[in-house]
Amino acid sequence: MNEITESRKPPVATTGILGWLRMNLFSNWINSLVSLFVLYILIQFIPWILNWTIFAADFKYNFNGVEITDRTMCSRVLDPENGGACWAIIYVRFYQFMYGFYPRDEVWRVNLSYIMLAVAVVPLLFDKFPFRKHFLKFTYVFPVIAFFLLNGGLGLEPVSTNKWGGLLVTLVLGCTGIALAFPLGIVLALGRRSNLPVISMMCTLFIEFIRGVPLITLLFFGMVMLPLFLPEGVNMDGLARVLVAVTLFQSAYMAEVIRGGLQAIPQGQYEAARSIGLSYWQMNMKIVLPQAIRISIPSIVNTSIGLFKDTTLVIIVGLLDLLGIGRGALADTTWLGLAYEVYFFVSLVFFIFTFAMSRYSLYLEKKLKTGINMGAD
Amino acid sequence: MKKLLSILAVSVFAFAANAGTLDDVKNRGFLKCGVTTGLAGFAAPDDSGEWAGLDADMCRAVAVAVFGDRSKVEFITTTGKSRFPTLASGEVDMLARNTTWTISRDVNLGFEFVGVNFYDGQGFMIPSSLGVSSATELDGATVCIQTGTTTELNLADFFRLNGISYEALPIETNDEGKENLFAGRCDVYTTDASGLSSTRAAAADPSKWLVLPEIISKEPLGPLVRHGDHQWGDVVRWSLNAMIIAEELGITSENVDASLSSNVPEVLRLLGVEGSYGEMLELAPDWAYQILKQIGNYSESYEANVGPDTPLEIARGLNALWTQGGILYAPPFR
Repeated sequence: MNEITESRKPPVATTGILGWLRMNLFSNWINSLVSLFVLYILIQFIPWILNWTIFAADFKYNFNGVEITDRTMCSRVLDPENGGACWAIIYVRFYQFMYGFYPRDEVWRVNLSYIMLAVAVVPLLFDKFPFRKHFLKFTYVFPVIAFFLLNGGLGLEPVSTNKWGGLLVTLVLGCTGIALAFPLGIVLALGRRSNLPVISMMCTLFIEFIRGVPLITLLFFGMVMLPLFLPEGVNMDGLARVLVAVTLFQSAYMAEVIRGGLQAIPQGQYEAARSIGLSYWQMNMKIVLPQAIRISIPSIVNTSIGLFKDTTLVIIVGLLDLLGIGRGALADTTWLGLAYEVYFFVSLVFFIFTFAMSRYSLYLEKKLKTGINMGAD
Repeated sequence: MKKLLSILAVSVFAFAANAGTLDDVKNRGFLKCGVTTGLAGFAAPDDSGEWAGLDADMCRAVAVAVFGDRSKVEFITTTGKSRFPTLASGEVDMLARNTTWTISRDVNLGFEFVGVNFYDGQGFMIPSSLGVSSATELDGATVCIQTGTTTELNLADFFRLNGISYEALPIETNDEGKENLFAGRCDVYTTDASGLSSTRAAAADPSKWLVLPEIISKEPLGPLVRHGDHQWGDVVRWSLNAMIIAEELGITSENVDASLSSNVPEVLRLLGVEGSYGEMLELAPDWAYQILKQIGNYSESYEANVGPDTPLEIARGLNALWTQGGILYAPPFR
């Protein structure tokens, strides 16, 4: 009779936290050294940054409990040895960072647009959202509503785009650029691979030209050259000009990203689609593009994040986006010299948005790889 | 849909009439004034989002002259590169953007500088521990200098003229110069004096830094308009002059009401009690009175924005009245 041997537990060193540490951080002497080095840096750095940004920092009041209204009242100016960040500059100018110079009486319109943006975008992003179909109808009309809400007209007091600024400009540029460039990019990518020589040549020329010049050049072109081509007395809105430049730029990049996806689709897919009698558009919409776009998701998100950050270049043409407002704050004699706080805050806001975008792309990749539905709806 | 498109078109494209600028401004109901994206003391948004500074006051003065209301102005931010096309295309009615008056800008670019609201010039900033009180004592110093600018050439000229030597540390931006000087990598930082002052004010302890008295170049900064519209140019020119003349006559925002019953003829002419100077400019008779009431005279604007009591601590120097050792001078008001 065989005795049942009790199954032995695995060695302590390969399971649990200890095992994980050993496997991942201390598997050989080089890894151990690197781990210790990184740990040392973190121990040095994290307490310092926490102290500077939170524990020793001023938010609204300085260490004497006085409300801060200019830089000389900041703890770090009064006591350079112990004072941390002086967030009062952000606190006092928060409105400007968020809305620029948008009139305070009208700011509900911006807030309403933000809420509606969330209502329009969230159902688009998550396909399990209840009543998604009805929400998507709203998504299509949202740009028109937002345009009138932000810009005025139809009974609302007009607010010139010169008064827009801060996060508002960053979001308008980022969202519009990304949203318009996506369909344009698809058309350009298909056009470039088209068998019709004129179309493919035009698309190639457009893509190569736009990709061949830096975004700054395009912005300058939109800002400086475009007015010279327009008939005398006609002025195109500054923000609209920049939007055109940003969208064209982004669509060229998007086209190349999607073309990469298209090329990865095996020829058999095209042939199979043709053989069951699908037209060119049916083939692309139902068979090819859903697969191609799925493959390109990381790159699409990558270029979108790139664009979102590139919007800071608009300061060069005189538009005050989030970073521009920050620089403006630093030029105010009341706050001169608080550069660390301003740049830290601006980076943080950008990080929140770009990190959310990259997490969403990961979620999408996971979902599409396991799901049967490949995104064709 | 068609209606929607036309509304879109109208709101995206603004059609400007081809009348004179003054009429355009009056019809529009507000002035469009080009300023910097933010320069300490000259134009920067304050905490409530109002633009403040010497240049911002210049814009407001013109708005007051035309409308009698300091809020009837829209500030349009421009950069060093976008400012001229913005003015040329008519997107702004005037620029007050610390722009140096040079012959090529005045003549070749087709603009009209209407006056000078700040006489700037290249200066030197050093740590006070260096124990130097004049730029001529800077023999052998390491100088932080922005490459490819006129300041570089001015510097070389100045040191050659004085027979002293220096070592240049080339930098690209103002921030870089600031960091290098604060870190002690160079002994001297040189750029325009107003820029030096804001650099100094941004230091952790401004008293440790010194701006030397020598100014080695001419940088007259002033408001400008498009060439050819002399009526509009006159309005901007005399808005500035009115502020300078008022300082000369001792009229301030506080005593302007009392000055209405003054017995000095030029005061009465300026404030519109006598004569029809407002009419000549196609402005209200009390246009200058309103400027002084709502903005103040040149000295008040200077002291509030860049003067010795502000963090910038720029002494009047060249910007003092001609009667007080400066070169600020406005033609007579008659």
